[in-house]
Amino acid sequence: MARVLLYYAHPGHRHSHVNKEMFRAAQKVDGITIVDMYAEYPRHDIRVEREQERLLDHDVILFQHPLFWYSTPGLVKDWIDLTLQSGFAYGDNGDKLKGKILMQAITAAGPEDAYTTDGYQHFPLRTFLTPMEQTANLCKMRYASPYSLYSALKAPGAGEVAPHVSGYVSLLEALRDDRYDFDAAPDVVSYATLPLKVEA
Amino acid sequence: MGSFLLLAFLLLIAGVIAVPLASKLGLGSVLGYLIAGIVLGPVLLALNVDVISLQHFAEFGVVMMLFLVGLELEPQRLWEMRAKLLGLGGLQVGVTAGIAAGVSLVFGLPWTFAVAIGLILALSSTAIVLQTLNEKNLMKTDGGQSSFSVLLFQDIAVIPMLALIPLLAMPDLVEEWDMAALSHDTEIVETLDSHGDDHADTTHGGETHASDDHGADAAHAGDDHGGGDHGPDLNLVDDLPGWAQALVTFAAIGAVIAGGSYLTRPLFRFIELAHLRELFVAAALMMVIGIALLMTLVGLSPALGTFLAGVVLANSEYRHELESDIDPFRGLLLGLFFMTVGAAIDFGLLFGNFFIIIGLTLGLMLVKALVLYGLAIIFGIKGSDRWLFTLSLAQAGEFGFVLLSFVVANQVLPQVIADQLLLAVAISMLLTPALFIVYERVITPKFIEDQAREADEIDEEGTAIVAGFGKMGGIVNRMLRRAGYTTVVLDHNAGLLERLRPFGVKVFYGDATRPDLLHAAGIEEAKLLVICIDEREEITELVKYATQHYPNLHITARAVDRHHVYELYAAGCRDIIRDTFDSSVRMGRSALEALGVHPHEAELQARDFEDRDRYALRELATTFDPDIPAHLNEPYVQRVKELREEEEAEIQGLNMHNTRLDRGWHPPGTRDVDSIVEENEAARDRKK
Repeated sequence: MARVLLYYAHPGHRHSHVNKEMFRAAQKVDGITIVDMYAEYPRHDIRVEREQERLLDHDVILFQHPLFWYSTPGLVKDWIDLTLQSGFAYGDNGDKLKGKILMQAITAAGPEDAYTTDGYQHFPLRTFLTPMEQTANLCKMRYASPYSLYSALKAPGAGEVAPHVSGYVSLLEALRDDRYDFDAAPDVVSYATLPLKVEA
Repeated sequence: MGSFLLLAFLLLIAGVIAVPLASKLGLGSVLGYLIAGIVLGPVLLALNVDVISLQHFAEFGVVMMLFLVGLELEPQRLWEMRAKLLGLGGLQVGVTAGIAAGVSLVFGLPWTFAVAIGLILALSSTAIVLQTLNEKNLMKTDGGQSSFSVLLFQDIAVIPMLALIPLLAMPDLVEEWDMAALSHDTEIVETLDSHGDDHADTTHGGETHASDDHGADAAHAGDDHGGGDHGPDLNLVDDLPGWAQALVTFAAIGAVIAGGSYLTRPLFRFIELAHLRELFVAAALMMVIGIALLMTLVGLSPALGTFLAGVVLANSEYRHELESDIDPFRGLLLGLFFMTVGAAIDFGLLFGNFFIIIGLTLGLMLVKALVLYGLAIIFGIKGSDRWLFTLSLAQAGEFGFVLLSFVVANQVLPQVIADQLLLAVAISMLLTPALFIVYERVITPKFIEDQAREADEIDEEGTAIVAGFGKMGGIVNRMLRRAGYTTVVLDHNAGLLERLRPFGVKVFYGDATRPDLLHAAGIEEAKLLVICIDEREEITELVKYATQHYPNLHITARAVDRHHVYELYAAGCRDIIRDTFDSSVRMGRSALEALGVHPHEAELQARDFEDRDRYALRELATTFDPDIPAHLNEPYVQRVKELREEEEAEIQGLNMHNTRLDRGWHPPGTRDVDSIVEENEAARDRKK
């Protein structure tokens, strides 16, 4: 059993189509810890000690958020800036997070083909996530491929929400039960390509 | 009665005209008073005013000044100063007296004369120097502190000098000199005859005073400096044996310290029952005069006694109240004192012996300055401070007057020498403001970098004054202190202060709306005034006063309601905090959360509400008129209605998408994405 910590960050929660449903479903998964960041820190006054405690208590750290301007919502950046202190997460003696998994579950408005050299985003999705990936590296954590949904705005009309949400539940359960095969994951994971280990 | 009023009027008008002019010319108030005194001199003479008696009376200003200096000096700091006080002060008096005596011997004076002259000239002018240092804000510099140490030592040293001087009496020798001088004097008078008709009067003003009045005063010259008492000798201890005198002396000092520590508080609480401002003034005066009287009775220096009382009270919450009560009296009396110094200059004698006296004066000042400069080097006083120390103390002082009359009365010095010394002392005092001007114009610019550094050190007055220590003031003060800022907190609720004392909270007693108290609390040096008092009208008055007089001071003011905000804005405040607004908004937010609104959403609602409320506040400000009650103000009522309609409409749209509430966090529409895709394809086609 891995201890899973899910950080949910969505300042426009009320208007969300996909993330709201994912969050609602995640809350029904037993044995994982869920933090609604914007509910806990509506004034961005992050309590560093509490957050570091949480990190120490878990093995898999998963950030669920919409992709805002090729990055996380602002509060996640504040959280990173404050929580990942030197001497704790990196630098001299900073090995408290060593060996833990860092993962993102994101929704992107653009279609998959936009994230190509010819597409209007001009870069692959993973390129935009490199700051987070390198953050994991510096903290001696393992960065796992993100669980993503492209064309998230069109998902409700295209019937994509339900499979993405149930895929998300499977992901969380697999992480919890050590049935997620990190090595077999493609660069970007979708509900169709979840690398679950076959149960022994 | 009429002549008293005339005299008072003359003195006041001379000061009122001369001092602002002198200040405007950058000469400082002391020189202004001195010049006023010189101008007034012949008039006073014509009116037969006893200038010297007036001067003795005015010397009480020095006692008050030392009380105020003591208030600024906490006991701990006085203790830290002890090395300077004894070392610097002792050496200054000793070396200067030695050199002055040596020079006198060289000029062929008997040794008893020489010692007396040395002691007299070693002293400097506490009145002029402290007044000028305070006025020019130099008191807290190293040079200012060193000067103060020396002055304090001199004030104390006068007491043993008064005891020592009678031992030098040589009546035969003195008589011999006086007889010789008498014939010499006649010559001067003859040469002066052509000088003016008033010469006879002049001689009267100078010499007769010196010989008659001084002689009469001299018996109790020791208490003149403070008591200003010209009645019968009040010294009670003269007839006691030595051990009893010592006992009485220590008892008196103990009484001052104990009284200051334990009686002030109950006294002021008692006085507060009357709710009369002037009673505080009366009580403060009573304290200072009482201490001076006690000291006089036991043969101690009143200046020393009140200084000690001041030090004892420096930690008291009534410190600023006492300061503001005594300060005007100190100012007026010192002003009077300086005028009498100016008026007492005997120009007849001066012009008769012009080069002798000027030479004597300049020589004296040069010697004193050299000694001071040497001591400054030894004691490690550096840069511009060394010059401040050297120049500020290079004169003889008012104690010199006292001692001069005393030595003549005790037949230590002949009248003829005393008169010339008196002139030299007076002229050296007259020249002191000029030395300060030299310091400011010539020395300071050379040490500008030092000055900048020192300026920071001076800044030890509270950088923030918090007026009112109620719920708001208490919180503001705690925050400022926590952040490491020095605050001066004022409140005039003695009961509250009483309840706070056990908790070690330091609050000064005083009504913050009084300008003199704000001055005592250091508003000139403060960066910030936080007004947290309860009374609406008092807040407005204080804002008006502070913005008018201290345009560079930042004022954060409490407003009790919206209309008060407009009043304060009109009064010039630009940092206005409504006292219950923020907590009410927080309460609203808390209520929303309790109703199940997401905390982030509730926070956004709260911010939106604040924005909306401030917008309405600004909108209505233009129509608000403090002279018309709001409900009778047509345009105001009209605008309130419009704003309410606006708000209603906004609430209608509030639950739709893309309102101000979720701006930026709302996802783009699918049309937005489509248009981006199209643009990108068009751009790609163009490239091909």
